[in-house]
Amino acid sequence: MQATDQLFYVSFASRVMIYALAATSLNLVLGYGGMVSFGHAAFVGAGAYAASILMAEGVTSAWIAWPAAVAAAALLAWGIGAISLRTRGVYFIMITLAFAQMMFYLVNSMKAYGGDEGLSLPRRAEIGFGLDLGSEVVFYYAVLCILASMVFLLYRLINSRFGRVIVAIRENEARAEAIGLPVFRYQLACFVIAGAAGGLAGALLASHGKYVNPGVLHWAQSGTLMIMVILGGVGRLWGGVIGAAVLLCLEHLIADYPLGWLERLAPNYQQHGNLGVGLVLLAIVLFAPQGIAGLLSRRKAEAKRAPA
Amino acid sequence: MKFRSAVVFAACALAFGADAADKVKVGFISTLSGPSGAIGVDIRDAFVLAVKMNGNQLGGLPAEVLIGDDQFKPDVGRQLADKYIKLDKVNFLTGIVFSNIMLASVPVAFENKVLYVSPNAAPSPLAGKDCNPYLFVASWPNDAYHEAAGQHATNRGFKSTYLIAPNYQAGKDSLAGFKRYYKGTVAAEVYTQLGQLDYSAELAQVRAAKPDALYIFLPGGMGINFIKQFVAAGLSKDVPLIVPGFGDDQDIIRPVGDAMLGLFDSAHWAIDFDNAANRKFVAAFEREYQRLPTVFAAQGYDTALLIDAAVRDSKGKIEDVETVRKAMRAARFESVRGAFKFNRNQMPIQNYYLRVVAKDGQGRLVNKTIGTIFRDHGDAYVQDCKMK
Amino acid sequence: MSWILILEQALNGLQFGLMLFLLAAGLTLVFGIMDMINLAHGSLYMLGAFLASTFVALTGSFTAGVLLALPATAILGMILETTILRTLYERDHLSQVLATFALILILNEAVRLVWGSDAALPMPAALSGPVELLPGLRYPAYRLVIIVVGLAVALLLYFLVAKTRIGMLVRAGASNREMALAMGVNIRWLFTAVFGAGAALCALAGAMLAPLFAVQVGMGENILILAFVVIVIGGIGSIRGALVGALVVGVVDTIGRAFLPILFGHFFQPRVASAAGPAIASVSIYLLMAVVLYFKPKGLFPARG
Repeated sequence: MQATDQLFYVSFASRVMIYALAATSLNLVLGYGGMVSFGHAAFVGAGAYAASILMAEGVTSAWIAWPAAVAAAALLAWGIGAISLRTRGVYFIMITLAFAQMMFYLVNSMKAYGGDEGLSLPRRAEIGFGLDLGSEVVFYYAVLCILASMVFLLYRLINSRFGRVIVAIRENEARAEAIGLPVFRYQLACFVIAGAAGGLAGALLASHGKYVNPGVLHWAQSGTLMIMVILGGVGRLWGGVIGAAVLLCLEHLIADYPLGWLERLAPNYQQHGNLGVGLVLLAIVLFAPQGIAGLLSRRKAEAKRAPA
Repeated sequence: MKFRSAVVFAACALAFGADAADKVKVGFISTLSGPSGAIGVDIRDAFVLAVKMNGNQLGGLPAEVLIGDDQFKPDVGRQLADKYIKLDKVNFLTGIVFSNIMLASVPVAFENKVLYVSPNAAPSPLAGKDCNPYLFVASWPNDAYHEAAGQHATNRGFKSTYLIAPNYQAGKDSLAGFKRYYKGTVAAEVYTQLGQLDYSAELAQVRAAKPDALYIFLPGGMGINFIKQFVAAGLSKDVPLIVPGFGDDQDIIRPVGDAMLGLFDSAHWAIDFDNAANRKFVAAFEREYQRLPTVFAAQGYDTALLIDAAVRDSKGKIEDVETVRKAMRAARFESVRGAFKFNRNQMPIQNYYLRVVAKDGQGRLVNKTIGTIFRDHGDAYVQDCKMK
Repeated sequence: MSWILILEQALNGLQFGLMLFLLAAGLTLVFGIMDMINLAHGSLYMLGAFLASTFVALTGSFTAGVLLALPATAILGMILETTILRTLYERDHLSQVLATFALILILNEAVRLVWGSDAALPMPAALSGPVELLPGLRYPAYRLVIIVVGLAVALLLYFLVAKTRIGMLVRAGASNREMALAMGVNIRWLFTAVFGAGAALCALAGAMLAPLFAVQVGMGENILILAFVVIVIGGIGSIRGALVGALVVGVVDTIGRAFLPILFGHFFQPRVASAAGPAIASVSIYLLMAVVLYFKPKGLFPARG
């Protein structure tokens, strides 16, 4: 493989990790918190746009832009969560979806920042220390560090008191309330943390592609993130990472590496990749709701039980 | 989920990772589906036809055309551009129909020193302050048709005109261009949503405003729906409609039908142009695809010929972008529109004509040329361009 | 601001609202009775439009084509219900969301495989012209037909739900499913029938709107969200709520598109004013939903108590 081919794949790996971060952030609120938020793309988008607008206005330092993205997403999550979490069940789902759509339309109408065309950025953010994020390899390691730290943070969070309370609320909200836990506050905190992490993923996404457009806020993106979470394993530590990796790799393989025998069997199959995704998703929901991580841990548990 | 259709059009053995010097790779991204897909399909069909008529070659080298559908989404277009340039290492990028998708995608080409040859969109920032040596426009500057239409409206003495265009760069360019040459009053300037299909609200406003004329820039599916609804609302009897040439070409004539008769428009090309290249093109297109070509198809064809000329005049040294650029700048090819020359911002300087929709000898609806509006017309932004 | 303009825009809002009602009616019943979130409802709308385009092409008659599409879509809907959706009733909302989202993907691709990305459904020639309602107001005949059909269906549904035995079963199931079961109602059959009826309503909306808009893959997703907003505002499980909600949304949307840009045009540049109008209209619909939920958390006319 030529050098530029390798760079393409390094860039692809970075993209997978960024989506892994976004999916993991959704997993916190969806898998562990049990809150079916259909508007998570709004937070990813808020982070992406916050970072991009700052870049467009001349702020190139990642140390300013990325925390700003996190803050913007957290603020948005706080606002949306405070209103939405007063509802339950389907109303919650609908209202999170509706808020995400509102953000989509608002961003779309911001002609100053590209509107529908999106915003092209001149360069990636700067982190100093003599490191150039413009280099694919450097960017890859930066994203890797961030993803690893976030997964570690998630691990600590889940195993802390906060994590246990959140899961308890998910399991039985009435009982949690009955024993005096401030359900609303815990859920809102969880929602905000997840949103903030999503915002960070958004900032990274904008920097990676040097481009942002309202499509990143569209509810189909929320759907994609949910697919990644359930594919990888709802409520499992590595669920978001596995789901993102599997989905994006499959997508790339199907689109860019035509299989002769499959082409003969089903002409133009590459154009209908979504059919495969839909079928797999349906199968998972119906037959393996614990996702890939769930299957793996079940196998491990069974292997342990098998006689030596 | 972004999946694209890749039809690999290869003439010779496709050695994996082959060097770029012994064949020409073109990345063709266009809107091939959805209500406005007919435009992209026309450009693609004409481009592919030109390459085929050339013996599957461009400039003497075997040609490989990678085709992708941007689905009318800027981010999909950009991802395709990224992939074609970084993974497939194309020598030329082309094909995009809409300005918003183009503005999102061409930065990738410019950054990687890949030439983008536009068969359609040419937004005004790229004509002026953002002009770029890696951009060549084979079609027209965005404003041009609208300037010609504005001149026509002035010539016809319409005192007040109502303006409608979609709310994106090309829409903004269109009404700015119209106003530049229109000397009457603008009754209203309305921007609709890109891709909007229901114009009942806007049509009610038009009826209430009672203008002398209505000028709309609504390409593709938007135009089809607007004109149908315009006729259904009974407004076609009250308000004369003027459109730019791509607002009433075959892709709109086919679904709308006879309601289009008598519609005036401005364009730089028509099916009845009497030069050898055009006669050959129209005949070949009709034979191959059993339909009449639109102005978009004419552009796709010319784009292929332009690339062909550039490669030929580079004598095969296509890895050297500067050589290809100079060759393309000279533009030595037989265009279907007649004479072709570039302005210093690498957009064409050409004539613009008045056309009307009428029936041809075989009773089909076509655009007939009836006069010249501008000669050797450039664009209003070239003075802001720093290129020589 | 002339009366003619206001009247015409009011008719536009009414037309849009009535079509939304057709979609919302089926959705609210499925939701109310089966307590299931069905994201694939918009796909039934799309299927109806594509099927209608084929039947119109086959029979050469617009009316016949549309009428044939209704039972065809209903049957497809019922097949979907008995095979896949039935397994989701007992599952949690997340599973329903994901499974029906998967159905959207599958159905979109299936349609693309069978018909391609688009289809054509031309307006019947007899209805392509205007009708002179008042001196100076010529309104498109086809849109008038849509309004008439929408009102007729609304009346029919009202009659069915309020005055017949089946309607009573539906209302019972919507207001208290367990009790209805306990009283011996054959819930499974009822569910399938309700789903089929909802599918037919979607098909009617899709087929009737097709000549105005484009028949394309993915057309269901955009209108689906609006339908959900409508039933949340109107109250889940209530047909009356669906009608009121749909009309409100239709009017707000039309006002937003028609009058807000004019209002903003006094203060802003045309491009900004034109972008702000639709954006604010969309946002105001969601704001409206939020406000309604704040004061009446179960919607305006909830089916359950």
